[in-house]
Amino acid sequence: MSTITITPVATFRTDDPYPFCPGCGHGPVLDRVNEAMVKLDLDPAKVVIVSDIGCSGLSDQYFVTSAFHGLHGRSVTYATGIKLANPDLEVVVIMGDGGTGIGGTHLLSAARRNIGVTVIVMNNLNFGMTGGQHSTTTPEGGVTSTTPLGNLEHPLDICATVGVNGAAYVYRGSSFDHDLADRIAEGMRRPGFALLDIWDLCTAYYVRSNKFTRAGMEDSMRSWGLEPGLLYDRQTAEYATAYRRIHADIAGKPTPRPRPIDITHEAALDEPMALVVAGSAGGKIRSAAKIVALGGIRAGLWAAQRDDYPVTVKAGHSVTELWLAPHEMPMAAVVAPDVMAVISADGYAKAGPYLAAMGPDALVLTIPDFADLDTKAQVRVIDPKAAPKRIPKTSLGLVYLSAAIALTEPYPIDALREAAAAGSFAEINLEAVDTGALLAGA
Amino acid sequence: MTTTAAPRREYIDGATAIVRGAIDAGCTFFAGYPITPASGILMAMMRELPKVGGVAMQGEDEIASIGMCIGAVMGGAKALTATSGPGISLYSENIGLAVMGEVPLVIVDVQRLGPATGGATTVAQGDVQFVRWGTAGGYPMIVLAPSNTPESYELTVKAFELSERFRCPVILLTDKELAMTLSAVDVDAYPDVEPVARTIKDAGLPYSWVPADAVEPMRAYGAGDAFRFTGSTHDEGGYITKLPAKVGALNEHLVAKIEDHRDEIEMVDVDADGPADTVVVSYGVTAGAARAAVRELRAKGTAVTGVVVKSLWPIPETSLSAAFDGAARIVVPELNVGLYRREIERIAADRDVVGVNRIDGKLITVAEIVEAAR
Ligand SMILES: Cc1ncc(C[n+]2csc(CCOP(=O)(O)OP(=O)(O)O)c2C)c(N)n1
Ligand code: SF4
Ligand SMILES: [Mg+2]
Repeated sequence: MSTITITPVATFRTDDPYPFCPGCGHGPVLDRVNEAMVKLDLDPAKVVIVSDIGCSGLSDQYFVTSAFHGLHGRSVTYATGIKLANPDLEVVVIMGDGGTGIGGTHLLSAARRNIGVTVIVMNNLNFGMTGGQHSTTTPEGGVTSTTPLGNLEHPLDICATVGVNGAAYVYRGSSFDHDLADRIAEGMRRPGFALLDIWDLCTAYYVRSNKFTRAGMEDSMRSWGLEPGLLYDRQTAEYATAYRRIHADIAGKPTPRPRPIDITHEAALDEPMALVVAGSAGGKIRSAAKIVALGGIRAGLWAAQRDDYPVTVKAGHSVTELWLAPHEMPMAAVVAPDVMAVISADGYAKAGPYLAAMGPDALVLTIPDFADLDTKAQVRVIDPKAAPKRIPKTSLGLVYLSAAIALTEPYPIDALREAAAAGSFAEINLEAVDTGALLAGA
Repeated sequence: MTTTAAPRREYIDGATAIVRGAIDAGCTFFAGYPITPASGILMAMMRELPKVGGVAMQGEDEIASIGMCIGAVMGGAKALTATSGPGISLYSENIGLAVMGEVPLVIVDVQRLGPATGGATTVAQGDVQFVRWGTAGGYPMIVLAPSNTPESYELTVKAFELSERFRCPVILLTDKELAMTLSAVDVDAYPDVEPVARTIKDAGLPYSWVPADAVEPMRAYGAGDAFRFTGSTHDEGGYITKLPAKVGALNEHLVAKIEDHRDEIEMVDVDADGPADTVVVSYGVTAGAARAAVRELRAKGTAVTGVVVKSLWPIPETSLSAAFDGAARIVVPELNVGLYRREIERIAADRDVVGVNRIDGKLITVAEIVEAAR
């Protein structure tokens, strides 16, 4: 039997003594974290201790591993980013009960994702660093500097919260547990999200204000219904691994590049032309304007469209301003359109300022309902019922814009037909263009 | 009828240009939380980043999103995040962490009308001071502002370059119209870019500030031996310290590395046509109308200089002072209550500075700028 001598790292601790108050439970917990890392024979260069803020947050400075000391409550978010960027790293979060409160949503999300980090909560039932204020885990009745007459809030069951929400490994215990180092090692070995809720004593505050002792702590845990021990142990897919697996097939596929549109026609436009179409959300107004823009580009023009619609994309108005221009156009608002299509009551409600600004050379296309709208522009009523086939609501925008192109001829209607044929829903859009051209000629 | 000289155009929005710019710059990590008008970037990154072996996440909120980005950068990734007013407000504390920990990171703020929820689909430029002063401490920030789609691409790449060069967060300030307006773009208008280089040291101290303006190559977890990162006031080893000499040196470094190198950051488009009495200073979406107004004024015989500021912060004082030379009147159109105008007033000294402002969700028109410039 050949022998290779591997010298495991004897300790992950630096030579510096901990900075904690005498009797503080944080030191013993950190000793157990150290023992766990020794047991697992980890490479210190591959371990990142992500510490939260608080007395617990000072922990990382006493280890020879890598460390990330960020913001209060957000340690789990940094740990998530580190693990996703480099899944080979052993990422250990050390936080206080304060951190589990302010960063509760991050704990929940990390558990749900089953992100492969190990969270050590040094739970001393209050904020040590800031002067013994109550935290989310302070027991009911607990006296702290902010609950001098006893805490009225129900304490958070950290373990149940992450446990029912997908965590792979959940353990509750105390700094006095003789097998704590083994439990921590077990948590670290789990590929998924592991959390150890480790109760300990804050001798400076919670112990003093509540005559709290080791025995009291262990008794109260049970009497409050917070059972110690291994509470959840699941083999579910770790997130960073699962993410890479489901994306394996698209890895290496090209990302989109600029794809020039063929210029196949010539335009007769020598001044910029502004078109505005005012209709209803859900009526494909934006898509219609885009097809008209693409038609213009095929004819060598420049184009730009600004869309206005409410956040509820399928209800209310949808107004698009479209510029067609012989030269590049800066992004600018349309004040007085050369052509405007008003095709629904929602659109009509937004059309006023445009209609008022339009001059006698401008053209408004509209439906019979708005035959008498108020504007100096020429108004041309197009009755959709005059179409050979019923026009679907979602085609109305393109029908009226096509009629506008046919009537004002900024570019050949064939360029528009080509644009309609080149995109999705080609058949429906081609029919809309032809219907528009037909109605314009009628 | 395609001729050899035929222009080559596509029809895209600014968000698409930002996504392409980020990927071309070498971005491998994105995390964001859905918010109009920045969601387009999130959705595109979710689709595109895995193709280049990267990771894109929808965070549980904006704090988590930027937190994941900072973690990922320290794990070796190049990261982008994108949000709008309500979200950039939640980024605040972590922007400070990226400043303090010297984390290269690009943050896109697609402005919408505020305050609070404001107008989700309404354009505004109200964050121009917030992105500068939006985290505690008041340390320098680099903020770039594109004014059209090709610039959205170019300045995204530039933001990555500067974030690596200075090891700091860089904000790309855009807005609802620039991000979501579709426009024809000459595909040859995009500059050729190389992935942005990063040197990672695999040993040694993570921080250094001798001389004060020097930027030390960064460390990354897993690359080489162990090292420390901290958001607390620290020494070169990343250990917490309160020693005034160390604290002072660190904080002076955070200032000097940017302030002493303003010339590497200044980006201003000056459109001058001989001596001019009037200068129109604009940025972002408003530059569109401003450029058109300058053309119109000249056509009418008014001598005018147009300045479009692309590097909003640090304020490009050298270029602005030069452009103001000989002018008597400075016109500053912006979609806010006159936020950048305050800076211009300082640089313009005793010149007449006139604001053209809208806070009603409408774009400033060419005519409004022309009127103010006369
Ligand atoms: C955003 C933010 N709010 C408040 C603080 C102040 N603060 C520092 S430590 C702490 C609480 C720490 O309590 P805990 O997490 O239980 O750690 P312990 O000191 O008990 O170990 C708070 C509120 C902070 N650093 N950041
Ligand atoms: S204040 Fe409490 S938690 Fe902090 S070191 Fe002292 S005993 Fe420990
Ligand atoms: Mg605590």
